[in-house]
Amino acid sequence: MTTVKSLMQPHRIVMMALFAAFVLWCALSMRWDWIPKYAPLALEGLWTTLWILVVTTVLGFLLAIPLGLAQAIGPWYLSAPARLFCTVIRGTPLLLQIWLLYYGLGSLFPQFPWIRSSELWPYLRQAWPYAVMALTLSYAGYEGEVMRGAFSGVAKGQLEAAKSFGMPRFTMFRRIWLPQAIRNVLPTLGGETILQLKATPLVATITVVEIYAVSSRVRADTFIVYEPLLLLALAYMIIAGLIGLAFKRFENQGPGRR
Amino acid sequence: MIILEWLGLAESAALLSLSAPGWGSNLLRGLANSLQIAFGAFGMGLIIGLFGAYGKLYGGPVLRDLLAIYTTVIRAVPELVLILILYYVGTDLINKAAALMGYGRVEISGVVAGIWVLGIVQGAYATEVLRGAILAVPPGQIEAARAYGMPALMTMRRVTIPAMMAFATPGLANLWLIATKDTALLAVVGFNELTLETKQAASSTRAYFTFFLAAGGLYLMVTLCSGAVFARIEKWARRGQPSLREGRS
Repeated sequence: MTTVKSLMQPHRIVMMALFAAFVLWCALSMRWDWIPKYAPLALEGLWTTLWILVVTTVLGFLLAIPLGLAQAIGPWYLSAPARLFCTVIRGTPLLLQIWLLYYGLGSLFPQFPWIRSSELWPYLRQAWPYAVMALTLSYAGYEGEVMRGAFSGVAKGQLEAAKSFGMPRFTMFRRIWLPQAIRNVLPTLGGETILQLKATPLVATITVVEIYAVSSRVRADTFIVYEPLLLLALAYMIIAGLIGLAFKRFENQGPGRR
Repeated sequence: MIILEWLGLAESAALLSLSAPGWGSNLLRGLANSLQIAFGAFGMGLIIGLFGAYGKLYGGPVLRDLLAIYTTVIRAVPELVLILILYYVGTDLINKAAALMGYGRVEISGVVAGIWVLGIVQGAYATEVLRGAILAVPPGQIEAARAYGMPALMTMRRVTIPAMMAFATPGLANLWLIATKDTALLAVVGFNELTLETKQAASSTRAYFTFFLAAGGLYLMVTLCSGAVFARIEKWARRGQPSLREGRS
């Protein structure tokens, strides 16, 4: 934990003063007059980034549980496809996956009349379902690998104790195995969630308007290069810090290990 | 050929062929560009990481704080944003320097820009990996080298680096995979690496699945091959150390 005292060392005071001077210089001599015009759009973009992040991490994690379980204890006809899925997702760039889904599926769907006439068609014509799908699959692929280790890391004695109490298998999974597995990998999950946040700007390449796309638009409209990018970096740093804090709170909630 | 015909893949094979109507050579050129950048960025990241790790471990308080800021900021901001910022800063700086020395505008090659941008990003991650690995070396070994009066650089070359290799290899293997996949991000700034070549080929022939799956196969081949290579390197770095499997029931 950083305390006030550790911040009060002379070299840190000098560095903070320099940083304050830099911020002041940025505020005074750079151009910020574009902010009022683009603020509503930026807020909308921020909201898009956040909901895409939350939806894809939750869905991806739900997918990762069966993937990890299949790899940890599943028979070969379940574990082999799960391992193949994780290898393929982790072995190819996310940008390629997003473009494959958006351009590939997006050009395939209109060829089928029954899809065009279905209820889902208005959604399938937009970009965000493909973005959500690609990010979900990617998170599931990375987390499946993490959960495999987590499931096999739970102490055997815990499961045997549950079994000897006559607990049904699903109850055992829900009450003992899953909570302990998740608790063991919470720090890893926090890191992976920050990685997922850092992956969200990629969906701007398929015309989803999130906060990165807003900054690109400011740059294209006004030819101001550095100011929007600096603000954007600051926004991502704040969100990453908040995610880190949230996971730290989760970690502190449970019974202290070590 | 007959098998391809039978599977209905003849059309895809023609699109992917290496000779003129096919786009295979474009994809391979993109792959070569990607690998070149990945190698350069990984190497630059290693050098930055080695100095960064030493600075974080043995440097003065100011250097330590500066390196902490560097690694924290780089790891919290998306690579795509960093690539844009570093790309614009780099071209601006070089053009200003060229103007001062009386040259005109300098065109920066995509490969150099890619290596510079990804190298700085990789450096932050490599700093953390190497710092952990150096910390895992038993301090007695480094102290023994110092007690013999070995100069710092020779200690680094003869003792620290060989001893930490075993601990650093898994992390470095991960970093190399990240480097190969991050080259795809340079497509966004318009550099002709594998992903952008693929997209151009796909959108001019409308055969999206063929090309994206082929590129995915190429990337996958690179990752699987480098996985095998790194497994061998790790085995080599661990020679003489007790295996992790033995000694545990």
